[in-house]
Amino acid sequence: MIAYVLQRLIQSILVLLAVSIVVFLAVYGIGDPIELLVPPQVSAAERAAMIRRLGLDLPVVQQYLMFLGNALKGDLGRSFVHGVPAVELILARLPATFELVLLAMSVAAAVGVPLGLLAGLNPESRSSRAIMAGTVLGFSLPSFWKGMMLVLLFSVALGWLPTAGRGETVSVLGIQTSLLTLDGLKHLILPALNLAIPNMALMIRLVAAGTSEAMSQDYVKYARAKGVRRKRIVGRHVLRNILVPVVTVAGMEFGSLVAFSTITETVFAWPGMGKLLIDSIYQLDRPVVVAYVLLATFLFVAVNFLVDILYAALDPRVKLIGEMA
Amino acid sequence: MTSPKPAPPAVPPYADTSVRESVLRRIRNRPTTRGAAILLGVLVLLAVLAPVIAPQNPHDLASLSVMDNRLAPGSEGMNGMTYWLGTDAQGRDMLSAILYGLRTSLLVGLSSTAGALAIGIAAGLIAAQFGGAVDAAIMRVVDFMLGFPSILIALVLLASIGRGVDKVIIAIILVQWAQYARLMRAAALVERRKEYIEAAINFGLPTRHIMLAHLLPNSIGSVLVVSTISIAGAITLEATLSFLGVGVPVTQPSLGLLIANGFEFLLSGEYWISVFPGIALVLLIMSLNLVGDRLRRSFNVRGP
Repeated sequence: MIAYVLQRLIQSILVLLAVSIVVFLAVYGIGDPIELLVPPQVSAAERAAMIRRLGLDLPVVQQYLMFLGNALKGDLGRSFVHGVPAVELILARLPATFELVLLAMSVAAAVGVPLGLLAGLNPESRSSRAIMAGTVLGFSLPSFWKGMMLVLLFSVALGWLPTAGRGETVSVLGIQTSLLTLDGLKHLILPALNLAIPNMALMIRLVAAGTSEAMSQDYVKYARAKGVRRKRIVGRHVLRNILVPVVTVAGMEFGSLVAFSTITETVFAWPGMGKLLIDSIYQLDRPVVVAYVLLATFLFVAVNFLVDILYAALDPRVKLIGEMA
Repeated sequence: MTSPKPAPPAVPPYADTSVRESVLRRIRNRPTTRGAAILLGVLVLLAVLAPVIAPQNPHDLASLSVMDNRLAPGSEGMNGMTYWLGTDAQGRDMLSAILYGLRTSLLVGLSSTAGALAIGIAAGLIAAQFGGAVDAAIMRVVDFMLGFPSILIALVLLASIGRGVDKVIIAIILVQWAQYARLMRAAALVERRKEYIEAAINFGLPTRHIMLAHLLPNSIGSVLVVSTISIAGAITLEATLSFLGVGVPVTQPSLGLLIANGFEFLLSGEYWISVFPGIALVLLIMSLNLVGDRLRRSFNVRGP
């Protein structure tokens, strides 16, 4: 187990290094880094001073090592627009995105698992077919379009829910959250639902496939022969066996939910990390874009690492060392 | 190899049905798929014929009249023209804008899929043929690319190279080639174990000939089948990028950009500016998905 953890840790660090090199080359290698890093309105003397201070007159390898050193210290540059460290800016938006992603994951599981069970238990029934057809829509329709239709239906036509922003927040342990106020929750419902839809479809598919497979297994037949009630078979034998892959996928989807929240946050003007990324792209605020990429990569790699370790700990059949997919 | 083969049956079963015909039959036999295929054909035809059938050239600013802006569907403009789907903020006829937008969306979807296919097939074929360090190197890059959400890679890439139809195509190629490389490698590895390839190797045929004349045509099928659904994915990605404002330029709006342009008016009840392009986009994506999914199932190919 320790050897496996170490192996995965080294792999994760290699991925992070690779991303840092790609990002470094993209920002410092392509085009003129001075133009990207020095605000255009500074004077010539300030410009020369900044070039020296940023080390842009040094060889590329040395520049990369400096960049890496600064990144390890948590210094990813200052935002041109806001004048504060980019990392600070992003971390300030982190809670808004996290509460959105966490609620979306809960909604996806709360709706996806029962519907998937239903579809998996009676695959031929009419409602199951409708559910499975719905998952195709959930997967394939563009996220921004679904978001706009939710706004059109629930905000414009019915007038039930607000269209934009985070609403009223309260501070819990120094972190602002919308989860604990009625107004905040009202603002959260539509974006969270929109973000949850593709994941919901994924959950339904996974649970349905797992259920129909589990129902044909010997242990289910044996339980039935023993006279165990159907409810108990489903709850105790089937559900338990399909939960491991569901939990794994839910964990791995965490990263893509953070990425997709960029779209949902733009549609609903939700002030999270994704909205910040889009705004920074518009305003050519490169340090923030670079910092976002590095932080997001770190998040993906860390989550994947944890999920792999947990998976190995939960399921003794996982091959620990050797070839990995 | 030299032993006499049994004489082939006089009429081999299904010899008269070509692959093309059997595919067409599979599509025709399913009402949903048939409907989707017809719809797809109509949409492609509308996009191709857009300059001929559109009531107005939406890119020609001289033909637009700002006085006609944000008219409701069915209203008549200053020049006596009826705007069946209404007009946008610049007084552009939405029907014409949608027809031209369909054209841009399909252009981006098809050319980026073609580019991604070419790179992915080449990379997968090379990985399968040469194995060892080459294979490991290519597949590490593929794993790396597939490890990140495509939207994020494309978004960040476009943020650094700027917007434009060609740049969106490059970005989509860059995020999509890896899935084709993985599929192609898997198919080619299975094919390489077969006897005819072994025979060709023992025969002393040059490696290039084996790759291009034997391995490529026999393992490309599954990749091409999956690419139908991936066109829908490419179109969705383009629409999303354009919606976020980093995709196609405003001078050549795709369906995604038209939807984005209408978003601000959606809240004030002027739904047609973004809902109609949205319906066109949804029809395009759904028809591609339905046809692609049926093809995938008929050929029994697992998706990416």
